[in-house]
Amino acid sequence: MDLIYLGFKQAFIMIFKGDRLVFEIALRSLIVSGTAVAISMIIGISLGLTIALARFPGRRVLLSLVNTGMGLPPTAVGLFVALLLARRGLFGFAELLYTKQAMIVAQTVIATPIVAGLTVAAVQNLNPKLRLQSLALGATRAQMLWTLIKEAKLPMLAAVMAGFGGVISEVGAVMMVGGNVTGDTQVLTTAVVEYVGKGNFPVAIALSLILLTLIFLVNFVLTQVQQRETSSWPKRISK
Amino acid sequence: MKNLALSLLALLTLAALLLGVAGCAKEAKEEKRSESKTATETPPVKKETIILATTTSTKDTGLLDVLIPAFEKETGIKVKTVAVGTGEAIKMGERGEADVLLVHAKKTEEKFMAGGYGETRRAVMHNDFVLVGPSSDPAGVKGLKSANEAFQKIADSASNFASRNDESGTHKKEFGIWEALIIKPEGGWYIKTGSGMAATLRVANEKQAYTLTDRGTWLVQKPNLQLELMVEKDKPLSNPYSVITLNPAKFENSRVKFEAGKRFADWIVSADAQKMINDFGKDKYPEPLFTGDSTLTTSK
Repeated sequence: MDLIYLGFKQAFIMIFKGDRLVFEIALRSLIVSGTAVAISMIIGISLGLTIALARFPGRRVLLSLVNTGMGLPPTAVGLFVALLLARRGLFGFAELLYTKQAMIVAQTVIATPIVAGLTVAAVQNLNPKLRLQSLALGATRAQMLWTLIKEAKLPMLAAVMAGFGGVISEVGAVMMVGGNVTGDTQVLTTAVVEYVGKGNFPVAIALSLILLTLIFLVNFVLTQVQQRETSSWPKRISK
Repeated sequence: MKNLALSLLALLTLAALLLGVAGCAKEAKEEKRSESKTATETPPVKKETIILATTTSTKDTGLLDVLIPAFEKETGIKVKTVAVGTGEAIKMGERGEADVLLVHAKKTEEKFMAGGYGETRRAVMHNDFVLVGPSSDPAGVKGLKSANEAFQKIADSASNFASRNDESGTHKKEFGIWEALIIKPEGGWYIKTGSGMAATLRVANEKQAYTLTDRGTWLVQKPNLQLELMVEKDKPLSNPYSVITLNPAKFENSRVKFEAGKRFADWIVSADAQKMINDFGKDKYPEPLFTGDSTLTTSK
């Protein structure tokens, strides 16, 4: 009991005094996961729009693959990315294993299907007449796409947030490809594992609290988006 | 509400981007600074990064947090420490995925050298293993002089025993003792954790089990545990660490950084580093965690 009480007390002191070690690790987590999500946003939204709007052979197979990918086990992704980036691996020449770039690659692989899958769902949930209507009103293809994106932007924002929440709390992949190198590739999740290993519970608790706060923020925004969606029905009909 | 959500997202993205740029810039600056510093002292081999494959015990005790920055400052060579079990560390060496190894499993190390993978293997330091267990001591082993006898009693009474089961140096040592006793540990009492030493100690703590641990991790974790020391200072419980450099002849056309790896090996057996090892933890613990061994240097 003492351990827990003292741990939390010291953790709060560290957070509110702006402990350098704790914030450097938190910052690194944000940078790595933020970059990974930014990249997967570009790939995932384009892929999602293509699957939702275009009709081409193999589309259903691709969609099934994306849906499977939404539940990719991070540890497996970590293993394969690590094998590819290892010195004797296919991309060994780049010497990327145990770097932040490697972690970004792994997290992008994890987040992209999530963003793509949720984008497909978001666009397909739009009224199908919207597309025809905008074309009928003389919109070009690009203008029609833009209208659809604008209509689905909130669910798509939710998709991006879900991707971010998924990768920032993930530990298996970043541990394997990043190696948890102190001051270089150590992020919130791997640092918690290490500091528990060192028996340093206050730092571990402080890092966990920051992680929880980040996840809460993500879900707070997600909830706002979802609530707005349902409450805005009458407004949209009156449009 | 929509605007709130959107602006929040925008803020988050912007913050992450800004921080990213700032972080990179800062790192670049710091690198430059350390470069110019070291240039005046000793010219570095080259601005290089090496991968040190080592065991969880050296990292979890905090020893490397002291040694690595000192080495980096002195040589300008950056060290990436990958802390895994000794078994995996040695396999990383065999595959040329690491540049230098700091490990503790005599038999496996000798096999590695015999296979021609290693160029030099030198004694760095030692501590020892201890058998710890619950204060209730169901197997009645407390104070025994012989580790073998204690293990026999634990197996006979089928008292809970937590095993690393991860091919680490500690696991190999434990397995060696069972083997010497011709016991095949199996059954509900033999708990395989498959994790590091600190995690295994916590499992032992929760399950009221005995476990074999290196003294360093034990001393660091002790305040968080309700376990007691059972058996110590028996000869089979010694735990020597070696530093191994890789053999360039075996790894032709590979990306292994032999020279930089060698500098780390030379450095860790130097008088300065040995002093740091001997002094490590003196202020915090009643006994030293590691004892430097480099006077006993054996090179192959």
